[in-house]
Parts: sequence; C-alpha cells; structure tokens
Amino acid sequence: MQLNKDGYWKENIKILVSLLSVWFLVSFGFGILLSDWLDQFQLGGFKLGFWFAQQGSIYIFIILIFIYIHLLNKLDKKYFGDKDSGDDN
Amino acid sequence: MDVTTLTYIFVGLSFSLYIGIAFWSKANSTNDFYVAGKGVNPIANGMATAADWMSAASFISMAGLIAFLGKDGSVYLMGWTGGYVVLALLLAPYLRKFGKFTVPDFIGERYYSKAARLVAVICLIFVSFTYVAGQMRGVGIVFSRFLEVDINIGVIIGMIIVFFYAVLGGMKGITYTQVAQYCVLIFAYLVPAIFISILITGNPVPQLGFGDTLVGTDVYLLDKLDQVTRDLGFNAYTENIKSNIDIFCITAALMFGTAGLPHVIVRFFTVPRVKDARKSAGYALIFIAILYTTAPAVAAFARVNFIESIQDTSYESSPAWFKNWENTGLIAWQDKNNDGIIQYSAGSAIEGRPQYTPERGSEGQRLLSNKSNDLNDNEVYIDRDIMVLANPEIAKLPAWVIALVAAGGLAAALSTAAGLLLVISSSISHDLLKKTFKPNISERQELFYARCAAAVAIFIAGLFGIYPPAFVAQVVAFAFGLAASTFFPALFMGIFSKRLNKEGAIAGMVSGLIFTLTYIIYFKFLYTEFNSADYWFLSISPEGIGFVGMIINFIVAISISSITNPPPKEVIEMVEVIREP
Repeated sequence: MQLNKDGYWKENIKILVSLLSVWFLVSFGFGILLSDWLDQFQLGGFKLGFWFAQQGSIYIFIILIFIYIHLLNKLDKKYFGDKDSGDDN
Repeated sequence: MDVTTLTYIFVGLSFSLYIGIAFWSKANSTNDFYVAGKGVNPIANGMATAADWMSAASFISMAGLIAFLGKDGSVYLMGWTGGYVVLALLLAPYLRKFGKFTVPDFIGERYYSKAARLVAVICLIFVSFTYVAGQMRGVGIVFSRFLEVDINIGVIIGMIIVFFYAVLGGMKGITYTQVAQYCVLIFAYLVPAIFISILITGNPVPQLGFGDTLVGTDVYLLDKLDQVTRDLGFNAYTENIKSNIDIFCITAALMFGTAGLPHVIVRFFTVPRVKDARKSAGYALIFIAILYTTAPAVAAFARVNFIESIQDTSYESSPAWFKNWENTGLIAWQDKNNDGIIQYSAGSAIEGRPQYTPERGSEGQRLLSNKSNDLNDNEVYIDRDIMVLANPEIAKLPAWVIALVAAGGLAAALSTAAGLLLVISSSISHDLLKKTFKPNISERQELFYARCAAAVAIFIAGLFGIYPPAFVAQVVAFAFGLAASTFFPALFMGIFSKRLNKEGAIAGMVSGLIFTLTYIIYFKFLYTEFNSADYWFLSISPEGIGFVGMIINFIVAISISSITNPPPKEVIEMVEVIREP
C-alpha cells in the first residue's frame, strides 16, 4: 500500500499546485499586479482589471473549488475504490 | 405602518425563529456541543459557514468601506473569498480527517505538546475576542437606529438571544440557527440591492447593473462615478490609491487569515466525511459570493446616490435620513461658509470624530465643538458603517425593505458572535480543562463547563458592546493578520510537512504573533503620527503586515525544526493517516 499512498499524495499535490496557480493568477495577478494594465480593456461598462478585482476573481474561486472536488473524488476512487471513507468517529 | 413598527415585527419574528430552533436542537453530548454530532449535511453546513463567516462587518460595513475606498476596497472582496480556496484545498479536508473537536486540539496532537496547545489557545482567544467585540457594536448600531432603544439595552437583548441558542444548543443549536440566519441576511441584502439596481440602471441583477448604463442615458455608471468623484477632488472610483505591494499584502493577510480563523475551520469538523468537508467549502463559498459579488455593486450605487441626494442641497430640504443619522451621531454637517447649503467634497470636514454641543444651529443642524478642517471645503462627516443601513432610505425604498435590512444586520452580527463564542468556550472547556489541567472530568462535567464558559464569554462580549474600546473597528481587521501569522503556517505545515516538530511550530507561532502584534501596536496605538507609508516597513501598512508575519513564522519554524530532532514516529504516522481521504 505504501507505493499507492505515495502515488495518491503526489497526484494530489500536482492538482493543488495547478489549481492554486490559477487562484494566484486571477487574484494577485489580474486583480492586483496586472490590474492597471488590464484596465485598458473594457468588459461592458467595467474596466477589465477592476472587474477581476471586484467580480471575476470571486467567480473563478468558486469554479476552482468545484473542479478540485471533482478531481479529488476521481482520485479517491482511483486509489481507494468506493469505500466510504473518513467516517472514523 | 411606519418603519419602527415594521422593524419590531421583522426582528421579533426572526428572533422567535432562532429561539425555537434552539429548543428543538438541544445538545446532549460534548460531541453535539462541540461539532454538532458530526452529522450536518454539507449544504446546510455551507450555509451555516457562510452566516458564521459573514459578520456585522461584511453585512453592515463592507459595502460602505468599498463605496469610499473605490478600487482599493477590492482587498476585502478578494481577501475574504479567496481565503476559502486556500481553506478548501489545503486545510479543511485534512483537519476533518483528523476528526477531533478544536483547532488547538490539532496543534496540540500534531506537535505532541501541551505548550503548543496552550499557545494555540491564547492566539485563539485573542483573535476571537477582538472579532466578537465588533459584532456587538453592530448589534448596538442597529438597535439604536431602527428600534430607537438605548444601545445598551440592544446589546443586552442580543446577549440573551445568543445565550439561549449557544448555551443550550452548542454547535448543534448554532448550526441550525445559522442556516436560518443565512436565509434572513441574504434576503435582506439582496432585496434592496435589486431595487436600487433597477432604479439606477434598469438592470435587476446588481452584479451586472453596476457595469451597465444609467437609466435614460448611454453613460456607464462607473464612468459617471469616476467623473463625479474626480470633480469633487477624490481619486477616480475605479483607480487604486494604495501601492500595489500594500494591496498585495493586505489581500494575502486577509486570505491566509481567513483560512486560519478557528471559528471557520471548526465548521468543517461538523460534517460526516472528508468528501463532505470539501463539498461544504464549495457551497460555503457560493453562499458567501452571493453577498460578496453584490457588495461592490451596492457600494457603487450608494456612492452615486449619496452624492446626488445631498450635494448642494440646503440643510433645510435635506432628506430625512440625513437628519436621522445625524441624530444617531454618525453624520455631521459643519457649515463652513454659512450659506445653509451642504457642500461635500474630498478631505475630512472636521478633526476627529464629531463632538456635538447641546445646541442646534440656525438651520436646525447639530452644532459641533470640533475644530473644522480649513484645508478643504468639505462640510460633511459621514461614518462609513452606515452606508448599507442608510442605503434603502437614501434610495427612498418602502418601509418594509428598511425593516428587513435591520433584521438582516442583526442576523449577521448574532450568527458570527455565536460561532466565535462557541470556539472560545470549547477551547476553554476542552483544551484548557479536559486536555491540560483537569484530565479526569467526565463528559457530563466537560459539557457543563463548556456551557459555563459560553455564558461567561457572552457576558464579556456584552461588556465589549456596552463599553466598546475605542479601537474595536480597527482591531477586527487585525484579527486576520494575527490568524495568518500564527495559525496558518502551523496548520499548513502540520499537514504538508512530516519534518516540522514542536520546537519549530511553537517558535514560529510565537515569533509570528510577536512580530505582527508589535508592528500593529507600534503604528496604531503608540506612534500614530508615524502611521504612513514613509515609515512603514517596505511601505506595508499594519493591515497587511500579517502576511510578513506569516513568512517570518514559516522561516523560523523551518529553520528551528531543521536543527532539532524530527517528530516521533507516531506523529509521522498520524500525518500519513490524515493525508488519506
């Protein structure tokens, strides 16, 4: 099982790193550091950088968590099968 | 019916609902009391987390802050939502797998040390009490303005309500009242926002309305707002004033602080499985985002409405809300040029908070003993906290909407206060008594102590509300910096590193706490005259310094761990177990 566990953890870390890169990009990137530059583009009545800072980043945060839930459920199944895990009271 | 009667009805109905739920969900065991029997449905837990999380600050203050800060206000929006991504991906599922009752529980066992547990309890009590004080002020504001009762009586009523469901029901009672409170508060937030969005832009969705054109013109709301704010001498609404590095650090401190707040983390201990903890974080963020994406729209509408309804009107014909809030002491008008007309522009009208004299001026306004600030022509003092509460009145919405907002503000304040009081009481009865000083008490006794601790905590929180320390509002923001610089690294490394040992974790938490606290106290309380970017470390404000404290915590923890012994084998095994779903 040791090998199995390591594989699970490595894949988990890979998922975390890629999702958190997007998290960083849309908030600290588009919402803060690149925000002024993005403001030259318009999204309807919003300047794009302003929209990311006050709206867009939040929508993407939600999407990220649901992608994470989906990927981890798949990963759990791959390594641990369908056992109803975690209920260890 | 007038606003006061309607408010009594709405507040009365919502309060009886909360008490009803408290009787229905009485806690019978410590498991019920601390973590609601670990049987909460993930969607219900998502709602409860959202209500727990969205405090008087989110409901009452945030949109007002953003209305006056413009784009700089984005730090709150991104910081207080982005933290949930960190929490969902890096902490919540693993801490649920660990499966105990409190955050100090995890720190105490992962770092195999009573000292680490104690440090965690101290950080927790400090963070939670500063936070709870702000909630009680929110309760006081709502009561004094809308129910026209004394602030102190308002706080006492709030205490009695929280006492009922927190002491009787524990986490179980709190969870199900929070579900009800979420529904009340989100409804109360959205209804006026939708009304105002339709009035100003014709678009019923506030999130879209605030990027839309003003009714009857082809001018975008935000362009108009940029122009108006610039004309009055402010920075343009959609441009930053703060430096990028400061915005970066404040956002980061709020995000990691959110992920490290004990009363939020403990909510994920209440669901049945690891899977549910992940799902619950996702739902929580959806429920939170409904308010957080509406807030910047409310802010923009409020700023436009506020300026248009008072600018260049005579005091005599100024709207009723202006005079009402002046009577509450949160608006003041200093007629600098004695023309009887309200002029509003950039800069502070008076020095400090308004000090009213007993007399009234020639126009009927409350006179001030403050020195007026002659560097600008602004005549209006406004407390940012009132924008959300005053917004429906400013937009001339019907009385029932105004009453609804009052009930919503109370729901937001009470739900958060209850969540905080619970983590305080469980850290005392469980971590201090059961796990440290009196390990022999039975479960019944522990439950009794938990109830006593909750009662005492409510009493102290009430005192904060009645005798608010002057610095409450500021301190709430710092609770995040402290959580980021103490809890987050210890929790994160506890899961993702097998090497971090007790020496490292304790040294890290202590150095993060001392650094952050010293920096804040230095600039905010001791040497306020130096509190500007020229003197700050790397031009990072005290609000953002928690992020630097967090980095210091990481560096100290890792270096100390690398020169001391690795953690024992059982602890490494425990880490392996919590990493599996």
